[in-house]
Amino acid sequence: MTRYFSQEHEWIEIEGDLGTVGITDYAQGQLGDITFVDLPEAGATFGKGDSVAVVDSVKAASDVYTPVSGTIAEANGALTDEPELVNTQAETGGWLFRVTLSDASELEALMDESAYKQYVESL
Amino acid sequence: MSEYPISDSDQEPEELAPQLLPLNGWHRERGGRMVEFAGYMMPVQYEGIMAEHLWTRESAGLFDVSHMGQLYISGEGVEPALEAALPIDLSTLKAGSVRYSLLLDENGGILDDLMVTRWESGFYLVVNGATKWDDIGTLREYLPDDITLNHLDDNALLALQGPKAAEALERHAPGVSALTFMKGGAFKLGGVDAWISRSGYTGEDGFEIAIPGESAAMIADLLCGEPEVKPIGLGARDSLRLEAGLPLYGHDMDPERGPVDAGLAFGINKRRRLEGGFPGSERVQRDFAEGTAQKRIGLKLDGRQAAREGAKVFHGEQEVGVVTSGGFSPSLQHPIAMAYVDAAVAADGTALSIELRGKKLDATVAAMPFVPNRYHR
Repeated sequence: MTRYFSQEHEWIEIEGDLGTVGITDYAQGQLGDITFVDLPEAGATFGKGDSVAVVDSVKAASDVYTPVSGTIAEANGALTDEPELVNTQAETGGWLFRVTLSDASELEALMDESAYKQYVESL
Repeated sequence: MSEYPISDSDQEPEELAPQLLPLNGWHRERGGRMVEFAGYMMPVQYEGIMAEHLWTRESAGLFDVSHMGQLYISGEGVEPALEAALPIDLSTLKAGSVRYSLLLDENGGILDDLMVTRWESGFYLVVNGATKWDDIGTLREYLPDDITLNHLDDNALLALQGPKAAEALERHAPGVSALTFMKGGAFKLGGVDAWISRSGYTGEDGFEIAIPGESAAMIADLLCGEPEVKPIGLGARDSLRLEAGLPLYGHDMDPERGPVDAGLAFGINKRRRLEGGFPGSERVQRDFAEGTAQKRIGLKLDGRQAAREGAKVFHGEQEVGVVTSGGFSPSLQHPIAMAYVDAAVAADGTALSIELRGKKLDATVAAMPFVPNRYHR
């Protein structure tokens, strides 16, 4: 399994042609208390960079863009009752959706963990 | 991911770099996350909006609101001059008392909302930070030349809000607990001259404290040294005022809206309604007599997704209004909003919906405040 990161502070973990997407711990810290997550429907198709989900915090709503093109395989239903999982387990149990990749070469444009860490430190 | 802050975005497009207020360094030392707001760097949060909000409701929170404009208006004939500028009845405003009023344009549109206090020799006004420069210009235009308008820009302004505010403040400013809601007085606070009024913007009991800017850090340390008190950022200030049903200028009020549609008619007493004689009085009198096409209302939303400013409001298939403030209520644990809707669908209990990202969220017109006020009357 390989994990990639986007400049928009999403992570994607790849297993075969399936990617699990969430927002990074840095991102959840910036957003603050998450009160609601608007998740995509399974079967919906998106292009890289499309807004796929919305994360609501007390002060604002933030779009989540898919870092790769593909079809939504599953959304994390646990977030319906416990949106705060995005705060407490941003990079594990607080994942947002799984996407079946249509073009694995898009991953090449993303960062690995150490590159993302450097990127965050530069902000 | 991109963030589009909704309800704390009334910063004006400023050409200059944001200015720094007396407590800038103090906020940073305390871990405040600083953002630009109304042309100043201000703390949006410390430990988190939810925790800060709930702390204020159960204990006491210290807010830095030094970005707001503090004005002093004085001179021979100041009372009739101010009554000609604002729709306020000063004949019933006693020394030390505070009253809510509105700055209107000639068409009766709202330019700002403000607090007016009678001091012995003149009137002390607190206006919004984002509008204060325009307000000074407007007031200067409305007031005769021999009336003096001073901008007290060496002052800082703090607000201590919450059910334990009085006991914490009393330890450092003996006598403040004797004040009742919307009354103020001169006190010594930590040895410094302070003007303290029992007022605020959270719906809780609490105080607003005007002090010299150079003493602000010392006073903030003093108050936050009390076990009941924590510093609170602008984020929680916004969620607290929304729960309290208090409108925010630039969002829930603007020059397109008048006092009657904004639900702020209580700010204009009977004598001024009848007599008029203030900027925009014709429109205000007409609105009182005929009613307005739209009204500001509260909305309680089903589910957990919050409606934000600009979202359209529907009654069935018909568009009937727009959301002007909205967010998740930390105290109630569901989303709430303020909106302007057509008068026909403004009654409490009316079922409406709010369009959000192509979906319609169910909402019900609800009485405000959403969370009961706990003022010390």
